Amino acid sequence: MTTAVNQAMVEKYKGNFLKEVTDNVEEGNWVKMCMQCGVCSGSCPLGPHWDHPPQELFMMIRANKREEVLSSTSMWMCTSCYNCVARCPRGLPITHIMHGLAHYGKRMGMKPKNQPTEKFGQMFWDNLIKKGRVNELKLGLGLYFKDGFAEGVKVSMGKQKLGLNMMKAKRMSPMEMLGGHGVKDLSGFHAMLKKAEELEAARVGANTDAK
Amino acid sequence: MKIGGYLCTGCGIGDRLDTKSLESVAVREGRIGFCKTHDFLCSQAGVDMIKADMALEGDDQVTKAVIMACSRRAKTESFNFGAVPVSRVNLREGVIWIRPEGSEHDETTQEMAADYIRMGCAEVKAMHQADASGEQSKNNHIMVVGGGITGMTAALEASKAGYYASIIEKSDRLGGVMGQLKQRQPEHSPFQNPQDTGVAALIAAVEADDKITVYLSSTIAKTAGAPGRFEVDIASTVGAGTHAEFGAIVQATGFTPYDANNLPEFSYGKSPNVVTQLELEALARAAGDGPIKRADGKVVENVVFVQCAGQRSTKEGHLSYCSGHCCATSIKQAMYFKDSNPDIETTVLFDDIRTPGAGGENFYRSAQDKFVTFRKGKVSTVDVKGNELQVNFKDLILDEDAHMGADLVVLATGMLPNSGTDIDTMKDKDASGEVKVSVESILNLNYRQGPDMPQLVNGFTDSHFICFPYETRRTGIYSAGPVRRPMDAAQAQTDAMGAVMKAIQAIENSAIGRAAHPRSGDLSFPSFRKEGCTQCKRCTVECPFGAIDEDAKGYPQYNEARCRRCGTCMGACPVQVISFKNYSIETVGAQLKAVDVPDEFQEKPRILVLACENDAYPALDMAAMKRNESSAFIRVIPVRCLGSTNTIWIKDALGSGYDGVVMMGCKKGADYQCHFVKGSEMAHVRMAKIGDTLSTMNLEADRVAVHEVAITDIDRAPKLLDEMVAVINRVGLSPFKF
Ligand code: SF4
Ligand code: SF4
Ligand code: SF4
Ligand code: SF4
Repeated sequence: MTTAVNQAMVEKYKGNFLKEVTDNVEEGNWVKMCMQCGVCSGSCPLGPHWDHPPQELFMMIRANKREEVLSSTSMWMCTSCYNCVARCPRGLPITHIMHGLAHYGKRMGMKPKNQPTEKFGQMFWDNLIKKGRVNELKLGLGLYFKDGFAEGVKVSMGKQKLGLNMMKAKRMSPMEMLGGHGVKDLSGFHAMLKKAEELEAARVGANTDAK
Repeated sequence: MKIGGYLCTGCGIGDRLDTKSLESVAVREGRIGFCKTHDFLCSQAGVDMIKADMALEGDDQVTKAVIMACSRRAKTESFNFGAVPVSRVNLREGVIWIRPEGSEHDETTQEMAADYIRMGCAEVKAMHQADASGEQSKNNHIMVVGGGITGMTAALEASKAGYYASIIEKSDRLGGVMGQLKQRQPEHSPFQNPQDTGVAALIAAVEADDKITVYLSSTIAKTAGAPGRFEVDIASTVGAGTHAEFGAIVQATGFTPYDANNLPEFSYGKSPNVVTQLELEALARAAGDGPIKRADGKVVENVVFVQCAGQRSTKEGHLSYCSGHCCATSIKQAMYFKDSNPDIETTVLFDDIRTPGAGGENFYRSAQDKFVTFRKGKVSTVDVKGNELQVNFKDLILDEDAHMGADLVVLATGMLPNSGTDIDTMKDKDASGEVKVSVESILNLNYRQGPDMPQLVNGFTDSHFICFPYETRRTGIYSAGPVRRPMDAAQAQTDAMGAVMKAIQAIENSAIGRAAHPRSGDLSFPSFRKEGCTQCKRCTVECPFGAIDEDAKGYPQYNEARCRRCGTCMGACPVQVISFKNYSIETVGAQLKAVDVPDEFQEKPRILVLACENDAYPALDMAAMKRNESSAFIRVIPVRCLGSTNTIWIKDALGSGYDGVVMMGCKKGADYQCHFVKGSEMAHVRMAKIGDTLSTMNLEADRVAVHEVAITDIDRAPKLLDEMVAVINRVGLSPFKF
């Protein structure tokens, strides 16, 4: 499904990735307004550690670098600190665009491989939709073991004390392992999610329709 | 006939100084008629007291006055007695505010005050009442050279203000460069879309205005005279010439586009699909409401704008400066395409987008909104690939070499001012004997200094962008629009209004014989004593404003209405025959001689400071307001411009026992700040030679210092004086004391 949608998008926008971003990415219509001053990149505490700081990502969008942008790890690295938004002289909602780009990349099936934020996000989502509530114990353990069993044991041992303290303080219950709490109306919650998925599919469908 | 002295004891002067003894210094040593004290001299009562003395009759009438109070820069209105010569003795900023309190300082502080009073009395004696020369006349007609939007706007503004204007246009129609455009950048909020150029409406307004005369296909054969009485011969290529008289001149001759043939790397000339911005306007006009087509008829679907083509570049043959309009012009032109079809790819490759003013900024945003792509990149070459073009550039954000295809490439080339003959290069060539003027003269001035006005930087004609816009170095001749500095249409129109206002000011001032800025209101003018003149022509050459011609016998001929009263000619004259009624070799010479130079055993040095009244003197005043302490051995004399300092003063001072001389003038050179453009520079040139004088007198070279001082140098200026005190402490007192 994702590849099909992806192909349809490539087809629809031909060389105009900026237009594609404008139409499909949350707050993407702002990208064209960037004046390339670089204030965002200069303000971003993580900027120096990324492949492409925000200013550069926006330039790449204009330069039609679709593949490079959508599969970039950069937008996944955004910590939502909002420094850039506070400072951008053009008032671009940069943080939101970052998340929008990450989401769009994922939807197009172009998410970077083994990107920890992406993995955690997926794990969080999977955990959440099961019972309508996040099972912290399972999520925590899942996170520890995400890079394999041996690595997981090592991390767990390291965090042992933290876990015990949390149990003492009744912040975490070992009983959660056995099933855990859920929301009251679980089936209603699932129905809601399903509806949302349908709406989303319809929206993407609308954008993928031939002109 | 009497000289009255008026000593103010207010502002703390009476508390810090022994005013009784100062009164007697004024009367006995200054040899003036009397000296009255008042505890609040600038008050109505104080001023009335002075006025009453001036209103007396016969021998009792006060015809000259010495005001011993605050700086000459304070209370100028109160102490302005019209034509009556007044000297101002600066006891407040000049003495008490810069001297520390305490009995150990009282003696030197009192000596300082006494010296300044002696100086003021000596100065006023050498001053004479200034009157207009009588050569002036009034002419309400402004000549506007150039019939583009700047010229037309200037003429219309003149007419609105009740003056007459004549437009002299070289071509056979009005409109200029703007007349060749499809649309212009918007002038009003919300600054989103290109708008009509308005040229047709301007032409109609000019033609309908009976205060405006238009001379098409005409040039200026000769301009003689001075503000208020310019005599102009207008030549016509289609009919007979005309002779006309004007009060002032506005030159609005615009610009010539930079020659894109200098840019072969962009395939200009190789492909008809590489065009300049002006050529694109022609394509856009030809297209009308339809899609813009290339020369070969293909509808343009992909256009790339190359900014700064041959501009802001250090390459030889390129322009070093920004032309100020091209970014906005490319934005406008990209909109021509986008507005006709949003799917046309329009990319602007820029180094920096420069869209001056809020309007420009909003216009830029509007283009972004229309999906014009702005990419920061430096274009290296444009290749012709069959019917297509390939633009090669370095993407400056992504830091990579990139290229893109285009149907059409538009080059943002710059502007060259139509300033006419560069009289400075002419002069250089004069020396080698081969005068070759490449550019035709526009004004054909019959001034001794050359046929056009001097150019500032890069051939533009302004005399100072910031302090004196529109002013040129030819009084009464103002420049407006792109001939003054690079600019866009909106700025050119604002400029036209500004220049016309200056022209009107010149007309009104010259009619009553008053100086233009910065000594506005000054009625004095230079005159020379013919018997002493050696016809050396220094004054003619050094006058920054071309005010001096030569008469048939080779004597300098002053055109007072062109003169700015800087005194540079006075400083230049080796035989000191040039003077103003109220400012002369004598007024300054008498002051420096009036200083009581103590003998060498007293160990009190005397340092003469000649400070420019426009920057250095105010800086010293402001330092005093901050109570910055200064040495008691300093005696400051303000001068109109450092250019007016004659080396005779320096020689006299050193010969009469002064230990050091400090001269303070404005910044010189290409980024000068001198109010008289070249005055400070001339002074530096003259003073560079003072070393010879010093060595013949067996004096140390560092006893004379020349500094560039800005009005903001409030802390630095007093330090420069301290430095001279330190020098004197090091080299010792002058051997010329009596
Ligand atoms: S919100 Fe994201 S992109 Fe913006 S400064 Fe913070 S980390 Fe960087
Ligand atoms: S701060 Fe805003 S305008 Fe500047 S580069 Fe970043 S997004 Fe663009
Ligand atoms: S040098 Fe100055 S004072 Fe002398 S004629 Fe020229 S403008 Fe006037
Ligand atoms: S500088 Fe003096 S001597 Fe020389 S021409 Fe002028 S007035 Fe005469």
